Amino acid sequence: MTATEQTLALFGGIAVILVVASAIGFVLQRRYAAAGPNAVIENLNSRIKSWWVMVIAIGIAFAFGKAGVIALFGFASFTALREFVTLLSTRRSDHLALVIAFFVILPAQYYFIWVEWYGLYSIFIPVYAFLLLPIIAAARGDTKAFMPRVAEVQWALMICVFCVSHVPALLTLHIPGYEGRQLLLIAFLVLVVQSSDVLQYVWGKLLGRRKIAPLLSPSKTVEGFVGGVLSATAIGAALWWITPFSPWQAAAMALVINLMGFFGGLVMSAIKRDRGVKDWGQLIEGHGGMLDRLDSVIFAAPVFFHATRYWWAV
Amino acid sequence: MARALESLAALAVIGFARLVTGVRGNWRDCAPEARPRVYFANHNSHGDFVLIWTVLPPALRRVTRPVAGADYWTVRPLRRFFGDRVFRAVLIDRNPDTRKEDPIALMASALDAGSSLILFPEGTRNMSDEPLLPFKSGLYHLANARPQVELVPVWIENLNRVMPKGEFVPIPLLCTVTFGAPLSVRDGEDKDAFLGRARTALLGLAPEREGSR
Repeated sequence: MTATEQTLALFGGIAVILVVASAIGFVLQRRYAAAGPNAVIENLNSRIKSWWVMVIAIGIAFAFGKAGVIALFGFASFTALREFVTLLSTRRSDHLALVIAFFVILPAQYYFIWVEWYGLYSIFIPVYAFLLLPIIAAARGDTKAFMPRVAEVQWALMICVFCVSHVPALLTLHIPGYEGRQLLLIAFLVLVVQSSDVLQYVWGKLLGRRKIAPLLSPSKTVEGFVGGVLSATAIGAALWWITPFSPWQAAAMALVINLMGFFGGLVMSAIKRDRGVKDWGQLIEGHGGMLDRLDSVIFAAPVFFHATRYWWAV
Repeated sequence: MARALESLAALAVIGFARLVTGVRGNWRDCAPEARPRVYFANHNSHGDFVLIWTVLPPALRRVTRPVAGADYWTVRPLRRFFGDRVFRAVLIDRNPDTRKEDPIALMASALDAGSSLILFPEGTRNMSDEPLLPFKSGLYHLANARPQVELVPVWIENLNRVMPKGEFVPIPLLCTVTFGAPLSVRDGEDKDAFLGRARTALLGLAPEREGSR
């Protein structure tokens, strides 16, 4: 199959799955409508709706190729950063540093990915932004809570811009025998992470007994974690044909993605708990914010990128 | 042609407000209804009424006019266009010595014509560290002039962080606009009691989260 045929086959398969899921959601809602509003079914239906939005957005981005993908994830970074900075305890004197974060560092990072300048985009935020932003904050002369403020702004950029930008950065990898197919690496990453989220939820609802992190995320269970990660790893292995990996390699990569995604979800929950919010934002009514959708992708993307680059790219 | 330009300018303002603030309206204690109302809100920024305007349903937005200082909105042609034609502000001369028309009468006649109003009872932008300044008496006099009109407290959260005083570039942050339960003047209630009650109702809508300022 050519890259285009593989992409169409993949999206066709996803569309069939979503149509089936939507139909099941609709039937469940009709059947239990008489018994009053059902939180589980409503949650399921709103998840299905947000997958449709996600699949359509990614589909449109893919149709425009590299420019579309960079625009999509650049927008995702912008929205995520807006949500993250909203919860920071920054002061008026951080205004200039935040203006630079939004309007200089974010576009620059995506520009370096556009021109495929690996040597710069892989260190730009961890090194140059890390040094520049505290200089600006210090120059303003406000020393109150200086360390936490500077650290929070750096964290916001690392999570929302640096990590997210490693998804489109997959397009810059040159893998022998895999030319022109890098979009499918993005599809692999997103599909595996999302199916892991869903399957953890499903296994947790079916068999969940023991809470895995009661203080961070009371809905996550050991059974959900094990079942979800293993079944999503199997899905990753089954998708080996869209990757440069063998089935076993695809399974190993999917396992790494799923574990990073799971722990990323825990870290992001810890931040939300600390700030006393349930969701990062309300991007689409009732569906949480951009970061609620992206939290597991964020932690998986850089590790997946570097593992693929180290072992497969030239 | 002029109408199209005004609608386009309104859409541009709303689109920009949404991009920067992702603003959401939270109709906590009242529903968006098509009846003359006075929305009274906390005031930190020139963008405050734009946020309220943005979260109103389009049908209500068309009949809702901000009450604003003539000194700010009439000085330059572009501001005049936005103030007069896009926001259709009820312009008040804030200086009692040069004032030709009674501000309460101006607001009351706008309500009589079927409009709703957006009013900032602090009278000026709050640049202090207090969450809310003392209210001016205009809200009380307007409430007495038109007792049948609902006074809706509206809390605007976070816009002061988007563009603090003295800055020129806004930073994108999520803002919320929370609508509280409508009030009116009670029988025999005096000015201070009413203004105190209105102020408490507005403060009651502010979220209690650390680092909100």
